[in-house]
Amino acid sequence: MPYRYLEDIATADAAFEVEGKTLEELFRDAAIATFEVMADTGTVKPEVTREIELENEDVDNLLFDWLSELVYLKDAESLIFSRFDVNIRKNDAYKLKATVSGEPINQREHSLRSDVKAVTYHMFEVKKTGENWTARVVLDI
Amino acid sequence: MEIKKISDYIWEIPTTEKEGMLVPARIYATEKLLREMDAGVFEQVTNVACLPGIQKYAYCMPDGHWGYGFPIGGVAAFSKEDGVISPGGIGFDINCGMRLIRTDLTVSEVAPRIRELVNLLFETVPAGVGSKGLVKLSVEEFKRVMTCGVDWCIEKGYGWEEDRERIEENGCIPGADPSKISEKAISRGIAQLGTLGSGNHYLEIQIATPDKIFDKAAAKALGIFENQVLVMVHCGSRGFGHQVATDYLRVFDAAMRKYGITVRDRELACAPFNSPEGQDYFKAMKCAANVAFANRQVIVHRIRQGFGRIFGREPEDMGMHIIYDVAHNVAKLEVHEVDGVEKELIVHRKGSTRCFGPGRREVPEIYRNIGQPVIVGGSMETGSYLLVGTEKAMKETFGSTMHGSGRTMSRTKAKHEVRGTELKKKMEEAGIIVKAVSMSGLAEEAGFAYKNISEVVETMELAGISRKVVELKPIGNIKG
Repeated sequence: MPYRYLEDIATADAAFEVEGKTLEELFRDAAIATFEVMADTGTVKPEVTREIELENEDVDNLLFDWLSELVYLKDAESLIFSRFDVNIRKNDAYKLKATVSGEPINQREHSLRSDVKAVTYHMFEVKKTGENWTARVVLDI
Repeated sequence: MEIKKISDYIWEIPTTEKEGMLVPARIYATEKLLREMDAGVFEQVTNVACLPGIQKYAYCMPDGHWGYGFPIGGVAAFSKEDGVISPGGIGFDINCGMRLIRTDLTVSEVAPRIRELVNLLFETVPAGVGSKGLVKLSVEEFKRVMTCGVDWCIEKGYGWEEDRERIEENGCIPGADPSKISEKAISRGIAQLGTLGSGNHYLEIQIATPDKIFDKAAAKALGIFENQVLVMVHCGSRGFGHQVATDYLRVFDAAMRKYGITVRDRELACAPFNSPEGQDYFKAMKCAANVAFANRQVIVHRIRQGFGRIFGREPEDMGMHIIYDVAHNVAKLEVHEVDGVEKELIVHRKGSTRCFGPGRREVPEIYRNIGQPVIVGGSMETGSYLLVGTEKAMKETFGSTMHGSGRTMSRTKAKHEVRGTELKKKMEEAGIIVKAVSMSGLAEEAGFAYKNISEVVETMELAGISRKVVELKPIGNIKG
């Protein structure tokens, strides 16, 4: 699995580490790890899509904004996502364009878990190690 | 790390422990609870001790555990003039808190209908990921909720006139300013008024068993009697508060450079209280705090309606008064004595509760002789407490005590230990009827994932900070 949950960080919350060959993979799998905290994403069909565009000079703030945007959409539009097509380009700044797909939240159809309140900066890290990108994220539950 | 014993219940980490510590750190715990605390607590509480303008001590209460930035169970007071405000010292769930409602009903009247009652409240108090409330609001109306809090609810028929005085800050902190709120926070929270959320949030039907009433006089003053049925609610400002905190975390992350403040953890991002960023956040935080008070108020309205439907009586006739409502994730301006001088301080409580002693004007008149009621929520299996604050708390902890039992086991580990369906069955066998949106969410909240609440509450009792009035045993529980 490209992500794994960390058990002993921030006892009451959820933390994960994620690794990807590209930034796109890293961002996609971080999004999956975030939504897997909230639901079994296998029960969520990719029926509704949303476009997300973000820009940031720092790759770590871009990841923070990306995950925060998804958490925001979950409440604002009552949507839960299971598919993330991410494109990231770097010129002066990092530019992200993504199409995310999911469904309106349905407590009867979706196997729901714990709500994510926010992405935190606690032990937050994005780095490139050799060929791969890795990130560590703590979510507030 | 050097931890000095001050008394059987107080431990101190001196300023020599870490470069930059401005005050010592103090941890309230028995030796056993201290030994069991995760190392992260000591790291975090000493990081807080480094923040500009901190007064006396950086505190951690006996329910303390590793949070982000500040430890959960943290208390820190900063000078209003040259101190900071930190969103990380409040938490993402601004004004997460507890509310306790009494009834005149006894367990023998409620027990035969408990399943029906739990099912009805589960329908009328939406819970779980993405749940929407039953109150429809325009943006203008939502802004009035931000500025008026519980007053808005009472005006709209979601509460009684007397409710106001039985809530911390009368359910409305003055000075909330919706112009400091992002459109995102509005669109995220506007449909969620009257919802419970998930995680450790709950609505619980509880009883006061005769052997668990510790202070008969205080119990009477608070409207508690033997075998009484009560209802406890634990929730906060929902997506609205979470978005306010997220928005300002980014603002503060950038402001740190501007003000030349460095911290040991990005989650400790802070700004001078008297800076544009600090004041903007304080005004936005008050909006979220008022929304949380209103959220719990709408839930209380649904509880009163639910009891009315099941028992065929008016809520007034069943004595369904609010006992009290406390905020345990908030920062407030309060006057406290520091080195013999009264000072206005910005007191941060993150997973800790205000517990003002008798006589303080912030304590409602009806309770002024006994001290402020403090509601401490336990795990859904073990029970909760109603306490009162003491004079000693005013001198020692800026009038603060614990907020709950405190987690000791991660969510993932708890889920490995027990399945939600198993736990539900086990709880029902023990006389607690549970209705939950998520079975895995239920497993994460199993009693064994928490410290022993009685041990935690006893610590602050023996330390003289808060006094036990009654322990409440759950008989019905609703979770997200």
